[in-house]
Amino acid sequence: MAVLVSTAINGDTVEFACDPHESLLDVLRNRLGLSGAKEGCGTGDCGACSVQVDGRVVCACLMLGVEAEGRDIETVEGMSHGTELHPLQSKFLEHAALQCGVCTPGFLMAAKALLEHNPDPTEEEIRFGLAGNLCRCTGYDKIVRAVQDAAKVMRG
Amino acid sequence: MAEIHLWGALRPAAGGASTVSVDAKTIRELFRKLEETYPGMAPHIARGVAVSIDGRIYRDDWGRDLPEGSEIYLLPRIQGG
Amino acid sequence: MASESTMAHPFEDAPNHVTPTVIHDPILSKTDFRSVGTRPLRPDGLDKVTGRARYGADFNMPGQLVGLVLRSPHAHAKIKKIDTSKAEKLPGVKAVVTAADLPDHTGGDQSMYDILENCMARGVAKYDGHAVAAVAAVDAPTARKALKLIKVDYEVLPHVTDVDEAVKPNAPLVNPRMLTEGVEPKPKKASNIAKRTEFGHGDVDAGFKEADVIVTRSFRTEQTHQGYIEPHACVASVSPDGTGELWVCTQGHFVYRNHCAMLLGMDVSKLRVTSSEIGGGFGGKTHVWAEPVALALSRKANRPVKVTMTREEVFRASGPTSASSIDVKIGARKDGAIVAADATLRFTCGPYYGMWAELGSMTAFACYDLKNVRTVGYEVLVNRPKTAAYRAPSAPMAAFAVESVMDELAHKIGMNAVDFRIKNAAKQGTRASYGPVYGPIGIGATLEAAKKHPHMKAPLGKNQGRGMACGFWFNFGGQTCTDINVGPDGSVTLTVGTVDVGGSRASIALCVAEELGVPYEQVKCIVADTGTLGHNDMTDGSRGTFSSSMAGIFAARNAITVLRERAARMWEIPVEHVTWEDGHAKAVGEKYGNLAPLSLKEIAAAAGNTGGPIAGHSEIVADGAGVSFATHIADVEVDPETGRSKIVRYTVIQDAGKAVHPAYVEGQYQGGAAQGIGWALNEEYIYGKDGRLQNPGFLDYRIPVCSDLPMIDTQILEIPNPNHPYGVRGVGETSIVPPLAAIANAMSNAFGVRMTHVPMSPPRVLKALEAAKKA
Ligand code: FES
Ligand code: FES
Repeated sequence: MAVLVSTAINGDTVEFACDPHESLLDVLRNRLGLSGAKEGCGTGDCGACSVQVDGRVVCACLMLGVEAEGRDIETVEGMSHGTELHPLQSKFLEHAALQCGVCTPGFLMAAKALLEHNPDPTEEEIRFGLAGNLCRCTGYDKIVRAVQDAAKVMRG
Repeated sequence: MAEIHLWGALRPAAGGASTVSVDAKTIRELFRKLEETYPGMAPHIARGVAVSIDGRIYRDDWGRDLPEGSEIYLLPRIQGG
Repeated sequence: MASESTMAHPFEDAPNHVTPTVIHDPILSKTDFRSVGTRPLRPDGLDKVTGRARYGADFNMPGQLVGLVLRSPHAHAKIKKIDTSKAEKLPGVKAVVTAADLPDHTGGDQSMYDILENCMARGVAKYDGHAVAAVAAVDAPTARKALKLIKVDYEVLPHVTDVDEAVKPNAPLVNPRMLTEGVEPKPKKASNIAKRTEFGHGDVDAGFKEADVIVTRSFRTEQTHQGYIEPHACVASVSPDGTGELWVCTQGHFVYRNHCAMLLGMDVSKLRVTSSEIGGGFGGKTHVWAEPVALALSRKANRPVKVTMTREEVFRASGPTSASSIDVKIGARKDGAIVAADATLRFTCGPYYGMWAELGSMTAFACYDLKNVRTVGYEVLVNRPKTAAYRAPSAPMAAFAVESVMDELAHKIGMNAVDFRIKNAAKQGTRASYGPVYGPIGIGATLEAAKKHPHMKAPLGKNQGRGMACGFWFNFGGQTCTDINVGPDGSVTLTVGTVDVGGSRASIALCVAEELGVPYEQVKCIVADTGTLGHNDMTDGSRGTFSSSMAGIFAARNAITVLRERAARMWEIPVEHVTWEDGHAKAVGEKYGNLAPLSLKEIAAAAGNTGGPIAGHSEIVADGAGVSFATHIADVEVDPETGRSKIVRYTVIQDAGKAVHPAYVEGQYQGGAAQGIGWALNEEYIYGKDGRLQNPGFLDYRIPVCSDLPMIDTQILEIPNPNHPYGVRGVGETSIVPPLAAIANAMSNAFGVRMTHVPMSPPRVLKALEAAKKA
């Protein structure tokens, strides 16, 4: 039996019907056409599916679609404002912090949440803050630098 | 006559020899004559053999000339990641 | 779209921006680069930071079904019967396929037959995870239900998964028909050794007699996985008229097309394959698995079918690297000269023939100038997934063994590890251990750079050790086809057929912009589908940027010929009087010298009246990739209580020939090093006694996370490759080769324990530390 869910995604009110067992990730990707969040594992181990729920990063593969009821959900698709990129997005590009880029949406969401809670993190805080997100291409060096640089820009 | 160096896996097909002499002007001719003289090499050639001519390795281009006096090594056709 | 200020500026002052060190440039005339060597934004970047980029699983076709694969739970079992009737009757199921739906079209091509059998077991399941049947249904729950309704009657056979067990005389046979190749006389009895191979020159036994010191050791490395974050995914659509489409994440859509067409019995030109953005491959997306199955399902159902592997399926049933067992013996004189080197290498291939020990045998001693050297390789069959390439395949294991012994030998002679390697390093004119003589190469330069590197002199903390090691990889070129089309506004579409795995579209566009003399922003590089270009080999062997930039440069030269002709027509002068400079046609000679140059844009605007569209093409075999060397320095801290190690500082020094886009060259160095670090410290396939994989997930197969690693310093050396117009060498693979040994050497320098088994996981390190304490 499908359940009707009402939620807000990237600031827009969204209603969808989903199976009670369906993950939020499947709902986003398969029902709502928001394929920015990726499935790297489906078990909460890679962070490629990271989204923000009421300001906290969660693995969308571990949350049920029905749990989105009444929440505020933000995905990578909602990060830029019109044509203006979020500083993290610009800095990831500038620093070549992505190679294949499949981990990038997850890293952007996790880094955004990190900087919202800690605008001036140390390198170690960044590394531990992003430890739930796997990247197999970059060795993380350029990702950490991009986050450091974005933090600087965001602090103004 | 070109002297052709063989890597270990090809040697049994040439009676254990590490080099063989072949009268060939191009890689294509070389492979054809090797298959004629040493039928045991045919499966290796089918699977892929690269040719080093004076240190430069050719994996694909069978039209290459084998210049007189050049050093020719046969190698497995390398795979990569 | 983003504003100019956030998007268009080349990135000049990165905090870690170091100008590459140019060693010398003896051969090439081209040294004054304008575009090449800068760090502009990549053309696909914006889509990738906004979630718009479409990867394998991000694409759908109308009416698409969900395909799922049933896999063997046994390491080795005869499939006596498969009953699919109940699954077929389940409402919503549109097709069920088994090997019977994939008849053999391989025409005696053994390697293609192996691929066919690996995609769908034929009579015998040969490893835990081997596909035995597949279904397509209207949705995932129905497909899952259908899988449960398929009844497979197995007869479990004895299995073997361990490399050393598999070569024992009475080991269970993985393939009862496998007679070892490469030995004379040809064996009559089957074994798990598919092939013996040998490389080398000189007289090893005589050489060892001259040695003052000899070190002999045996090593083991465990099987690892490429660990790309994006699981395999594809959408297949086959029509009853024999045409088909395939959307797929792959390192080589042309090769996938050729393989799939052959396995399905289709005409190659009737199957159009589009490569999605690819979420990592590292060699693991060079082989088909689910794609032929998806096509077979679609053909049977007459509907599009999407197949996405789960992470567990990726681990159990794609193509990890070999496990290995290696014996090394090296002898040297007291003055540090190596007199002989010998190695025997056993590498697992999975259940099918492979060339993995062969690659290990070729690369093992490639860094050194050796008079007497021999390597013997054995390809070993085991009941594990079919081995696929993983970044510089087989070289990391061989280097782990050889570079560990090199350090031990240096220590015994009383020489510094770097000096010992410098003394024995291969140079131009050296006969490589695998046969040919080297042209200009960079091993010596990376060692000299390492010696001078500040990292070498930095103080070490408590429980820390420093190690170094060298690495080699061949690189290669291969078939490449590239198009350039000039638009009516003078902008340039550059169409390549090599999949972009890490920024190569930017690099290839830089080379073409350079050759045309126009700004990078004027060149848009896209990856074409198989219907648009001639065949291109995979993006593997570090060939993507090397070969497509070469073909791109040649295509640009052909386009310039056309542009000059058009300018000549516009000016009504003979074409011999037109040259191409800085993106403009220039008239030369006394008579014409005062004509104002014509820009690409002006010539393009007039194209309709001067002969039609302006294009340049190039089809090449990009041979001559140029071998690659690296030296790495690692500082490791080991907790003596737990055996847990942490990398505290890491430096990669590698030759790039010419760094086209230095940021992405650094990225390759850093990413390869990180993979090597994971391999060295944590990653391994663990099989139970039952032959089942026990850790098919990222929780238990632990790849390095952000907090495991330090910044990874890079130093790019530029020793131009004489076989590329700009001196470019492949850079993608070599960086995974040295870390295993560099880290083992660091541990040895810190604690005096020689680690011989990778991964050097906490329990293994602890055991070694305790054994050393007792001794
Ligand atoms: S897909 Fe959700 S954590 Fe990996
Ligand atoms: S860029 Fe490929 S996984 Fe991070």
